[in-house]
Amino acid sequence: MGAIGQFFHAIPLDLIIIQTVNGLVTGMILALIASGLTLIFGIMDVVNFAHGELFMLGAYIGFVVYVATGSFWLALVGSSLVVAILGAALQIATLRPLIGRDPLNTILVTFGISLILQNYALWQFGSTVRRVPQPVNQQFTLFYLQYPWYRILIAGLSAAIISAFWAFLKYGKFGIWIRATAQDRVMAQAMGIPVPWVFTGVFAIGAAMAAASGVLFAPLVGVSHTMGLDWILQAFIVVVVGGMGNLGGSIVAAIFISLLEAYASIWLDPSQAVILSFVVLILTLLFRPTGLFASATR
Amino acid sequence: MTTTPLDKTSALPLGKSGLSHDAVYWIGFCVVLALLIAAPLVLSEFWRRFLTEVLIWGLLAMSSDLLIGYTGIVSFGHSAFFGLGMYGAAGALLLVSPPNLWLAMLFGLAGAAGAALFVAYFSTRLRDIYFAITTLIFSQIFYVIIFTWTAVTGGENGLIFDRPHLSIPFLYNARFTSTTMHWFVLAVVTASYLILRRITQSPFGMVLQSIRENEFRTRAIGYPVQRYKIVAVMLSGLFAGLAGVLYAIQNEFAAPDFVFFLTSGDTVIYNVMGGVGTLVGPIVGAGFFQLVRQLLAEVFGDQFPYLIPLGIIFIVMIIFLPQGLLGFARRWLNK
Repeated sequence: MGAIGQFFHAIPLDLIIIQTVNGLVTGMILALIASGLTLIFGIMDVVNFAHGELFMLGAYIGFVVYVATGSFWLALVGSSLVVAILGAALQIATLRPLIGRDPLNTILVTFGISLILQNYALWQFGSTVRRVPQPVNQQFTLFYLQYPWYRILIAGLSAAIISAFWAFLKYGKFGIWIRATAQDRVMAQAMGIPVPWVFTGVFAIGAAMAAASGVLFAPLVGVSHTMGLDWILQAFIVVVVGGMGNLGGSIVAAIFISLLEAYASIWLDPSQAVILSFVVLILTLLFRPTGLFASATR
Repeated sequence: MTTTPLDKTSALPLGKSGLSHDAVYWIGFCVVLALLIAAPLVLSEFWRRFLTEVLIWGLLAMSSDLLIGYTGIVSFGHSAFFGLGMYGAAGALLLVSPPNLWLAMLFGLAGAAGAALFVAYFSTRLRDIYFAITTLIFSQIFYVIIFTWTAVTGGENGLIFDRPHLSIPFLYNARFTSTTMHWFVLAVVTASYLILRRITQSPFGMVLQSIRENEFRTRAIGYPVQRYKIVAVMLSGLFAGLAGVLYAIQNEFAAPDFVFFLTSGDTVIYNVMGGVGTLVGPIVGAGFFQLVRQLLAEVFGDQFPYLIPLGIIFIVMIIFLPQGLLGFARRWLNK
């Protein structure tokens, strides 16, 4: 009894609650990125290597719009729109010619795009980290910390965007087209759905979601040309653990992995806590290779 | 089959002379090899190093071709094997004195083999893009470990060491010059090419190619597909590790940047540009990539973001020339 009591005593409850909040916040951003990635994969069979770069570019465009207008919310909307258009253009120019080819080709092409975008950002903006101030400055007291409301707002906004997107998929006309295309591409085409344009639209939506998360995330650590790299790997892990193409699975996996890393960084160095998500991935691949929440077998 | 004109051989008057495929192939091989042997004697110091480095990148790309071109699985994790080869060599050169070239190679290969076994065991459970993504993530595991384990790997700064002597027991022992370095690298790359070519033409290589053509049918015939894939990944990882050892010896350092997955991406780019499934194509691809990069730097200056035009070339090639530069000679080279 004494030993158990000591064990529970050794767990810092305040730290755990703080890290739960932190984990949920990162988890929601990650979910927003990963849901775009998994959407593009589930519908187009495209593994979008450039997703992290669209996230990064979204943050940069958000920064530019913010400097020009002074409004964070305008930056959020403007950046999403610009990146959506860019995404559509990229899809038409590079991915549309590859429809019907081995999906591996799309990995290569999007990898090429990611190199171009990343080096463009480095060339255009240099390697200095750009700062975007938080639009909401109020804080609340969480134990001994002054916790910014903005972080809570990020989580809420991410959840709102994902829910809006889910509702759109379920009830919107274009959403129904998307689901029809995902179910049976040939039949959808036969029913008069313009499948190539559905692909373009899906890519644009995914890009816009990445850009939105980029702008939301920008005030936390600043904007740099390598920020996409850190997130794309996390997003890949989440998408594989959640089951590729499975929207709900990705969201759950994103929150799960972020919480896990947040708790781990109580005891470990944050850069080593990443290894924990690798471990989750390895275990998933060992026991449920199609993802923890997969319905279809592959 | 009529001989497809291929680089040097087409210049020789044997197009219609009825020489067998083998004869043309080996004459071509010898001509290219002779040119590469003679190259450092004519080239300036800078281009000599450049050519040596192209050969090293070519070896890395060639190792990956065994998977991409012959087994039909794309690895995005070759940076791990390359990096472990590098750090293995670094370990041998720093721990054992006097530094020994062959021991460095042995350590590098052991490191790469360890990484390859780990990656192969897990990632071959999956196919296609899942394989690509898992190899990528596994290589990142090694990156994180190398990057954060500062006490052993030097962390972000990497490791610096002295180049060992080029020593052949009882025969030869001297400092590397850039010319002997080139010849040494050339010898290793040529030997690797011949071994890899032999592997792809062996019954084992035929099974790999059958996996590439139709994995389910191969399994149905009764081949243990996953075991073949594990061996293929391990072989490929060994040669990638060899490239890492050569790179470490050539540049006298090991850095975590090379373990980062962008190196794997470059490897895949070399393959696609040169032509997968040809073994020599990846070397040509590496040469093409590095040459364009160098020319861009000469014309526009060092700060020029060379990856933007190269990325565009890469994408255009995937769409319009998916077979790569040497794709036209693919059947001929594998005959």
